[in-house]
Amino acid sequence: MTVLDTAAGPTATAAGEVDGGRAGARVRPVITGLGVITPSGIGVEEHWTSTLRGELRVAPITRFDAGRYDIHLAGEIPGFVAEDFVDHRYIVQTDRWTWLGMAASRLAMADAAYDPAERDPFETSVVFGAGSGGNDFGQRELSRLWTRGRTAVSVYQSIAWFYAATTGQTSIRHGLKGPSGVLVSDGAGGLDSLAQARRTIRRGTPTVLAGGAECGLTPYALTCHLSSGRVSTAADPTAGYKPFDTRANGYLPGEGGATLLVEDPTSAARRGARVYGEIAGYAATHDGTHHEEAPGDARWLATAMRRALADAGLRPADVDVVFADGAGSPDLDALEAQAIREVFGAGAVPVTAPQGLIGRLCAGGSAVAAATALLSIRDGVIPAVGNLDDPDPAHGLDLVRVPREGRVRVALVNARGHGGFNSSLVLRSVDTD
Amino acid sequence: MSEAIKRSRPDGALGPASRGGGPRRTVVTGIGVVAPGGSSRKEFWTLLTDGRTATRRLSFFDPAPFRSQIAAECDFDPLASGLTRQEIARNDRFVQFALAAAIEAVADSGLDLGFAAGEGVVSGEREPGDGPVVGVSMGSAVGATSRLENEYVVVSDSGKLWEVDPRYASSFLYHALVPSCLATEIACRFGAHGPSFVVSTGCTSGIDAVGYGHQLIVDGEADIVIAGASDAPLSPISIACFDAIRATSARNDDAEHASRPFDASRDGFVMGEGSAVLILEELESARARGAHIYCEVGGYASRSNAFHMTGLRPDGVEMAESIRIALDQARLDPTAVDYVNAHGSGTKQNDRHETAAFKRSLGAHAYQVPVSSIKSMVGHSLGAIGSIELAACALAIENNVVPPTANWTTRDPECDLDYVPNIARDHQVDVALSVGSGFGGFQSAIVLAAAETP
Repeated sequence: MTVLDTAAGPTATAAGEVDGGRAGARVRPVITGLGVITPSGIGVEEHWTSTLRGELRVAPITRFDAGRYDIHLAGEIPGFVAEDFVDHRYIVQTDRWTWLGMAASRLAMADAAYDPAERDPFETSVVFGAGSGGNDFGQRELSRLWTRGRTAVSVYQSIAWFYAATTGQTSIRHGLKGPSGVLVSDGAGGLDSLAQARRTIRRGTPTVLAGGAECGLTPYALTCHLSSGRVSTAADPTAGYKPFDTRANGYLPGEGGATLLVEDPTSAARRGARVYGEIAGYAATHDGTHHEEAPGDARWLATAMRRALADAGLRPADVDVVFADGAGSPDLDALEAQAIREVFGAGAVPVTAPQGLIGRLCAGGSAVAAATALLSIRDGVIPAVGNLDDPDPAHGLDLVRVPREGRVRVALVNARGHGGFNSSLVLRSVDTD
Repeated sequence: MSEAIKRSRPDGALGPASRGGGPRRTVVTGIGVVAPGGSSRKEFWTLLTDGRTATRRLSFFDPAPFRSQIAAECDFDPLASGLTRQEIARNDRFVQFALAAAIEAVADSGLDLGFAAGEGVVSGEREPGDGPVVGVSMGSAVGATSRLENEYVVVSDSGKLWEVDPRYASSFLYHALVPSCLATEIACRFGAHGPSFVVSTGCTSGIDAVGYGHQLIVDGEADIVIAGASDAPLSPISIACFDAIRATSARNDDAEHASRPFDASRDGFVMGEGSAVLILEELESARARGAHIYCEVGGYASRSNAFHMTGLRPDGVEMAESIRIALDQARLDPTAVDYVNAHGSGTKQNDRHETAAFKRSLGAHAYQVPVSSIKSMVGHSLGAIGSIELAACALAIENNVVPPTANWTTRDPECDLDYVPNIARDHQVDVALSVGSGFGGFQSAIVLAAAETP
């Protein structure tokens, strides 16, 4: 952990956007605040402590009676009270997904000691990855329309269900007028939002709230998940979502996400901000194959990793840990393992996937993985793969079984989205010793 | 070509140098459109230049229970547009539109992306590192809403079951839940292995998707981007949503003339559907292969009003800021703008807000430049319309014709610009500005400019 001095690297300036951003071309944005809300905990420290302890948080679904479904388990957030974080008027206008995103954003700004009200409103942006939108609100209003008619539909349905709800409401709540956006690439969305944050900062906006959240634990959304054919039907949590295990049998959905406060390094240094790490590199590819099929090979995920490392100016040997996508299906895990071996060599880099503890959070999941990787860098400890009992030796990976202490300078985070999306993000410590 | 355009526009400064050593620049080399009134670029442009409207009484379901009963519907035949039966079965209408528009755009560009038109052959043959990096940046505001609603009605037994019955769910329903399926289908169809995503910023999605695609090319993350947007929102829940906030027109007895941007008697927007896809390409690569270049993407910017999810302040400050920055990127003075394609949704507050933004950003030139809204003819297709309007701008530059604002009869004292009433106008268009305003407070602007002769 360090406070950057003002000489750190080139900076993007307000003029950067005018000249196409030449001044900011090589700026490596830094992350100065984390807001995490997951089944592992509310706030960074709860999430991190629970993750390091390996506490399994997927559990029988309590949100509704799931008795008729071939899914019994999910990652629910215990004890989340929206009123603790979100003003009443936003609660009535929005879905639980937006509450989680707005709460995470508040936590991230508090963690960074960043008060946008002290800034020009155009200096802060909101760029989130989104998944399936406001499911609970949406299903309720569909039900009202079809049982009671169009006059029963909420005046807020048009702004609660759609994918831009969390970005828009966060911008309004905090008065943020910078270039804002919403990226949808299923599970890769959280990393893609960080890439868009970098493009935005390089064009002269100094601060971006990025990341994402997801909440699909409603009957209709879960029914949609089931149609993917990749959901674990296990009833026992220890048998459910098991990335890289010989008993891997699919994924379990979870709710939650993370907001990361991303800043221009000079701007962060000027206000004396604490820095978790920098975005050193990023790349994304697409498999070019459909949802129903696993990609035929691992080339395009490997390409994303290689391009992200090249973008960071790093070699595979510089990487201290890979936070894997860990899809939890045998075929998809095998392909990711193959891609990691192709880039790093067999067993050559520690690989973890702590999300086995909480389930897959769509776009929110990759945002959480990035935040967790930064905590690894901060504390010099790699959390274990979640819910891993019997690592599949065929993967040829150095899977982290218990938290592993040691210096973490560079972490590579993988995220895949249903439908062929691959994104890789390289995070690096800014400590120079 | 005006003096202003000949000035250099070092837009690609962020990325690696182009092969000529200069910054990377983005040009448009292909256009495909599916819009109300015509499922091709040519039919679309004919509709606009004829000043005809494609709004009508909603026919997809009985609109009688709804406040607004008007829509701009596409008469769309996916098989005739080149989709495979499996693409049709797998996908909501919004993806089908986009596939059709992309097929037309790719063919128009003359690029060989290794696909067989009409056969839906997935290109798995391209090796990493071979050839240009092809990305996908597609916008949509509401994704597969229609399919989600249709399936919901079945699994919930017409809304009665909260714990919906999964036995009635069809395959590919996850494909509808997360709208990234739009990018997946385009990437698969054309073997695009570069960065791919969907941009979902409400009604600015179509502008932002093209803007983000432009950024990918400038920054060197992609060499070609299939960019555009699609929406097919015409289902009961969408109509009910906008009924509830009285955003849509209730001029049900005069559907053909219901979309009345900038007219004093306007009473809301008319919901539409459709898609447009633009092929974005790095300038020098496009020139090297002798591609036809419609225009260059000169600048793109977006700002948020941080005011209200649906409301707009009358001053237009944030939209004006986006316009100013997009023009600065293009190294153009406001006076260089030859045509403004307005958001012009036809709601009271939008048209007033936007008129103020044009005055604020363009100064006295706002009164000189032709401003029009094609939503008067093709309706407001939410996220898709931004790309459809960019297609119209590119065609305006190509043909030196400005499409009109149809149904304009009565001057509103607060909307006092030249809105090109009812009849298309022959007019030299070297620089076109297109803007959009979206739920969530998004305010976006793009500048397209005639390409310089090398």
